[in-house]
Amino acid sequence: MSARTAISFATPKSAPRRSPPALESGIILWLRMNLFSSIHNTVLTLFALWALFITIPDFISWAFINAVWQTDDPKLCREAAGACWAVVAEKHRVMLFGTFPYEEHWRGVLAITLIVSMAILSTFKRFWSYWLFVAWLGVTGAVLILLLGGIFGLTTTGTHQWGGLPLTLFMFVGTVVGGMPLAVLLALGRRSSLPAIKSLCIGFIEIVRGVPLITVLFMASLMFPLFMPEGVTINKFLRAQIGMILFFAAYAAEIVRGGLQAISRGQYEAADAVGLSYWQKTNRIILPQALRIVLPALMNDIIRAFKNTTFVSIIGLFDVLGATATALEDPLWVLFALEAYIFIFILYFVFCFSMSKYSEHVERDLSEGRNL
Amino acid sequence: MTKKSKSAATDGAVGPIVELHDVNKWYGDFHALIDVNLTVGRGEKVVVCGPSGSGKSTMIRCINRLEEHQEGDIIVDGMELVPDVRKIEAIRRQVGMVFQSFNLFPHLTVIDNLTLGPVMVQEIPQDEAEATAMELLERVKIPEQAWKYPGQLSGGQQQRVAIARALMLKPKVMLFDEPTSALDPEMINEVLDVMIELAEEGMTMIVVTHEMGFARKVADLVVFMDDGEIVEAAPPARFFSKPENDRTKLFLSQVLH
Repeated sequence: MSARTAISFATPKSAPRRSPPALESGIILWLRMNLFSSIHNTVLTLFALWALFITIPDFISWAFINAVWQTDDPKLCREAAGACWAVVAEKHRVMLFGTFPYEEHWRGVLAITLIVSMAILSTFKRFWSYWLFVAWLGVTGAVLILLLGGIFGLTTTGTHQWGGLPLTLFMFVGTVVGGMPLAVLLALGRRSSLPAIKSLCIGFIEIVRGVPLITVLFMASLMFPLFMPEGVTINKFLRAQIGMILFFAAYAAEIVRGGLQAISRGQYEAADAVGLSYWQKTNRIILPQALRIVLPALMNDIIRAFKNTTFVSIIGLFDVLGATATALEDPLWVLFALEAYIFIFILYFVFCFSMSKYSEHVERDLSEGRNL
Repeated sequence: MTKKSKSAATDGAVGPIVELHDVNKWYGDFHALIDVNLTVGRGEKVVVCGPSGSGKSTMIRCINRLEEHQEGDIIVDGMELVPDVRKIEAIRRQVGMVFQSFNLFPHLTVIDNLTLGPVMVQEIPQDEAEATAMELLERVKIPEQAWKYPGQLSGGQQQRVAIARALMLKPKVMLFDEPTSALDPEMINEVLDVMIELAEEGMTMIVVTHEMGFARKVADLVVFMDDGEIVEAAPPARFFSKPENDRTKLFLSQVLH
């Protein structure tokens, strides 16, 4: 075998460190990179610009320039070429409060304010403590008093009179607050080593996931009373609320289970090795990590739960959307349903988009300085 | 060195701290531990070695019930290991464990990793637990990392935190399951140094490791396992110079260069 001269080599170098090359930036570069990077993209960009050019002006003149903002005469609206936002001004009380007695609407406003401000307060990390939980209990009590009446000289307003935004918000908060603990228990139960608990949880989750929400609500409102003994009635709102909670819990349980499965066996073993009991281990080690992993998926489900509240109008409860549909039964204003629904669309968007932004913020916050 | 530590550690109690009598374990049909008999005296250090899959990890994991054995008796500090949650938790409080993959809690700071056990299990006040934790972090030479998260530490630092965490409950025996196998070479010694110091202070230790230098230096007994059984057990001087079994000789020829 002849000796071969190796041709591999490397040059050790000790030049001073340099900073990274400057990134090119600027609006022209951005345009060229994103909108005009190839002939296809240029054609698409020009087409999109043309489409915007022919639709935007019409929309602006309809929505703003020619719109009627304030009138109690629908005739003026019919004559105008633009949108009739006056329908919102005229009907907003019914849209937002449904069948709640007109002169008691201030109680609804107060209830909404309480729920929304508590929700906003809860987003600040510096308020995260035991007292926040107490405050939520207090607010829930206050909201119930406001909406039900009957004490402190408030007229009694039964849940059959509830409607609009207070109903939507109350049902949503109730669904999440009642559903999350149940979801966690179901997820833990599904992984339990006790066969009875395990099959019970699997059975519940699979049955509830196997039927549409409407079916659950119909069951709650129509079939459930048939099975109750004579004379025992549970009110319709509560039945719908329980149905919503069960439905939300079944879906969220599967999301939580995904998080539990993502936690390595080593975490369970380390918790065992330092002597923690099952619940200490679950509460302090496993759940905090598992819930953080599934937070985006969980928030997705929470936002869906908010929108799912619209289904209750099917069994005769007037949520915001249902109340709006009722308000538009007025033949004088029925022509302007589109404008009313755009208003509702914006209302839902504001709620859902805030929740989605908030979850993004929490994700960033929780991952700071930690490598999971 | 080992003689001194023995006398320092007995603190009055007599008799062995860990006993395994005819322990058998199966995974399905696979016989993972076969008639394992091992007795560890108070303050003594036992190093367990052997090829991977030989059952050495399974054996020490049986001692604090991370694995369940099907036959035989395991006795820790006079308590027999039975399938009773309270008994198991009582035994786990006497036994500290250090894992190959550290298994620190990533969502807690280093100090919280240490204090969680004592605060929740022994209901020691938080500030008292923190003081103990800082002492232990000094001992493993990383007090300055106390308020960081595990993900911000190097592997060697994480393993030293894990050792400190296991010491928090003042265990009577420490189990090490390949504590340096997941570490980069330059970090192995910082962990071994901490373990040697611990040994010198008289801690009872059962160590599964491939670090033969460590075994030579601190072990009172070296146990060689293969195919789920203890093949040979001897003090390090005899184990390394005059191994009797052929399987031991083959293993030693592979790990000692």
